[in-house]
Amino acid sequence: MTAFHLDAEALYSELLRTLPALQTASTRLVGIASGGAWLAQRLQRDLRLPGEPGVISSSFHRDDFAKRGLSHGARTHLPFDVQGADIIIIDDVLFTGRTMRAVLNELFDYGRPHSVRLAVLIDRGGRELPIQADLAVARVQLAPQQSLALARDVSERLCFELEPQTAPTSPDSPSLVSKG
Amino acid sequence: MRILIKNGRIIDPASGWDRPGPLAIAHGCIVGRGQLPDGFEPQQVIDASGCWVIPGLVDLAARLREPGCEHQGMLASELAAAVAGGVTSLVCLPDTDPALDEPGPVEMLRFRAQNLHQARVFPLGALTRGLQGENLTDMVALHQAGCIGFSQAEHAVTNTQVLYRALQYAATFDYPVWLRAQDAFLGTGIAASGALATRLGLSGVPVAAETIALHTLFELMRLTGGAVHICRLSSAQGLQLLRQARAQGLRISCDVSINSLHLTDADIAYFDSSARLNPPLRQQRDRDALREGLADGSINALVSDHTPVDANAKALPFGQAEPGASGLELLLSLALKWGQERGLEPLQTLATVTSAPAHILSMGAPSRLAGCGRLQVNEVADVCVFDPHTSWTVQPAQLRSQGKHTPFNGYELPGRVRWTLVNGQLRFGPAHP
Amino acid sequence: MLAKHNPQLNRHGELIHLLSVEGLSRDILTHILDTATRFVSVSDRDIKKVPLLRGKTLFNLFFENSTRTRTTFEIAATRLSADVINLDIARSSASKGESLLDTIANLSAMAADLFVVRHSESGAPHLIARHVAPHVHVINAGDGRHAHPTQGLLDAYTIRHYKKNFSDLTVAIVGDVLHSRVARSDIHALTTLGCAEVRVVGPRTLVPADIAPLGVRVFHDLKQGLTDCDVVIMLRLQNERMNGALLPSTSEFFKSYGLTPERLLWAKPDAIVMHPGPINRGVEIDSAVVDGAQSVILPQVGFGIAVRMAVMGIVAGNDA
Repeated sequence: MTAFHLDAEALYSELLRTLPALQTASTRLVGIASGGAWLAQRLQRDLRLPGEPGVISSSFHRDDFAKRGLSHGARTHLPFDVQGADIIIIDDVLFTGRTMRAVLNELFDYGRPHSVRLAVLIDRGGRELPIQADLAVARVQLAPQQSLALARDVSERLCFELEPQTAPTSPDSPSLVSKG
Repeated sequence: MRILIKNGRIIDPASGWDRPGPLAIAHGCIVGRGQLPDGFEPQQVIDASGCWVIPGLVDLAARLREPGCEHQGMLASELAAAVAGGVTSLVCLPDTDPALDEPGPVEMLRFRAQNLHQARVFPLGALTRGLQGENLTDMVALHQAGCIGFSQAEHAVTNTQVLYRALQYAATFDYPVWLRAQDAFLGTGIAASGALATRLGLSGVPVAAETIALHTLFELMRLTGGAVHICRLSSAQGLQLLRQARAQGLRISCDVSINSLHLTDADIAYFDSSARLNPPLRQQRDRDALREGLADGSINALVSDHTPVDANAKALPFGQAEPGASGLELLLSLALKWGQERGLEPLQTLATVTSAPAHILSMGAPSRLAGCGRLQVNEVADVCVFDPHTSWTVQPAQLRSQGKHTPFNGYELPGRVRWTLVNGQLRFGPAHP
Repeated sequence: MLAKHNPQLNRHGELIHLLSVEGLSRDILTHILDTATRFVSVSDRDIKKVPLLRGKTLFNLFFENSTRTRTTFEIAATRLSADVINLDIARSSASKGESLLDTIANLSAMAADLFVVRHSESGAPHLIARHVAPHVHVINAGDGRHAHPTQGLLDAYTIRHYKKNFSDLTVAIVGDVLHSRVARSDIHALTTLGCAEVRVVGPRTLVPADIAPLGVRVFHDLKQGLTDCDVVIMLRLQNERMNGALLPSTSEFFKSYGLTPERLLWAKPDAIVMHPGPINRGVEIDSAVVDGAQSVILPQVGFGIAVRMAVMGIVAGNDA
């Protein structure tokens, strides 16, 4: 198996190019902690949007509290009135959809938005809930046991971390496919 | 019944005897020690290979809970616990219900105990009626009924005039008085004063509660001249005072409990009510002083302070739990553990639970006690045979006492009792449940 | 002595009960304070609820009366979406002679998930924690003189909020330290979190002789005790716990140890004044100080809700 490589910076550039299609005049960006929050910060700056992006945490609404306890994570910080807002949620990877469900519940604790869209760098399939991204820069297929997450080095360069690197070998395991 | 105990190592602290050999018993007495009388034909043979053959233990403090507190313990269960622990003679305290302040309950207790044919029971009579600390009891009548001394159990006599008169009256007949040195007012706390009690938020009993009581007692003894046995000494300072008083000629003996000898207040841990005890467990330096005092003879005897408490009375927050722990079945093992830790010879270790307590017992009842606490030819055969090389783990459910609470829960202790004989009769052994 | 396992932690070292601050590592305390920081914002939302404890039942078992503390636990639990049942123990089964453990067993049979317990005997919550089923969590709301861990934690939180770094701080705890479970929990929290100096100040009859080993400096003179302090925590004079000649009168106490604006000047100019409540104005603290600029007594209450939410959220998520 060849090593799998995703160029996060390249994917970000593509996101930056395609996101304006979702934007309205008053769109607010909200990044899911922590990978989505980094992306939202960059986008806010690179799109020259006024103000600062929101950060949203799924911790309080996760459905795995009984098994995993209270997860560590940043606080939700939404520096705008959610009521009536047009919001784009930004995240690094969309997988089962459960994080997004929790994030939506968290968001609605703050008010009733006018619209909510989802933009992600990578959609890796494997959905367990009826949740879809409005914008996904790349679609990949990974083994369920593999975890994919965005990382940021000291110079704020983005990269992806895939653990384990290779999928467990079995005749039926899906091959790694990258589609633009 | 003629019994031969063979192949054991006979250790008799009273006579300094420590060598392998046979012990022959007939008609309830020892008829041969180290050698057999001519023509001795045993009806029963006990093979004590690998075991030590010692006098049955003499425990100067055990509560049997009868009469009156049968939900805590009964003569049958507690005396069975005694012989299982190798204890053949014990002194019981007068804080029963009713208190042992009249000949009637004393005679009844002795009668019932004798009929159970287990360990011998030597009752302490109440020093004052109902242990109230106000009126003296009929000490002569109580002595004639079988009391070997007089005690207030845990109830301090606050009226110094009464205490003085009680000591004076007892001294008239040379009856020993057995007292716990604890001031009634300073002694109301539930744990020993110190950093741990402060940390746990438990009201403290300062050492002054013991030393003030000792000072008062010693002053009164200078006036009365009687003999006093101090029960359950708990502090280094108390021990120091005791040594000084003895050096001045006061007739004082004292004992220490297995709990104070081995444990400290740290053993309360997370509010373990098994460590709720009177006197409270003190700090390390007190424990070290007590261990030293037992070794150098300043403290005469080691006692179990056996106080069975029922489970409901312990399943309460620490301060509300009833103080007390079971100990009859642990006395021998805890004596051995102390002796091993201090590197003492068996004769010295075992003296603390045989000859020394027997001597104190004899102060109050000289005529009834030939043979108690020693292995002498032509004296009564109260014998304990135990394996010093086997360890056992303290498991409350397996204790024979009705009280299952001990702060030594889970401890691995040395020494397993194999056979116990009282009056030359086997009262505990492999055949016994 | 046999080593005894800390009953507050499961075998992975995670918090399953909160019985005392003592015995908890700096990491665990910091984790609780950090979690509380996240819960502070819940009170500012429109929907002041998160669903973490939805479907769980919390029993407030107050063997000692305290409407204030019980209410803050109730609010905290409600914000986590738990169902709260308040038990008026004084008037119910305990007064009919039912033992503490029987009460707990009966309540557990009614599917309790959390017990918040306040009791007059030190160690009562430990006893309860030993006897509950594995999935049930016990939070100590104050036991005798021993501990009031959520108060210790919220006091630490308050200090961190206003002063940031414990390692630079001198904190004075003034008043009836002998009877105070708050003082003990504060001392453990502050020393574990690395406070530079913790002082206790009070008359000899109200400061235990053996408190220095807990890591504090003892003062009997208020001026010396307050000099250059960053934080002053005033304790309530525990009238109901005082028996037998500990203090001649409350006015005597105020003369020597009451906090007035003049005496507050002995502390640093930016010192904050705290009090666990309820306040006895004119007994341990002057009204002018309570209502003054340096008092953070009211914010303490709000932080108390967040800290209690954090504790509940953490223990309920850890298995025994």
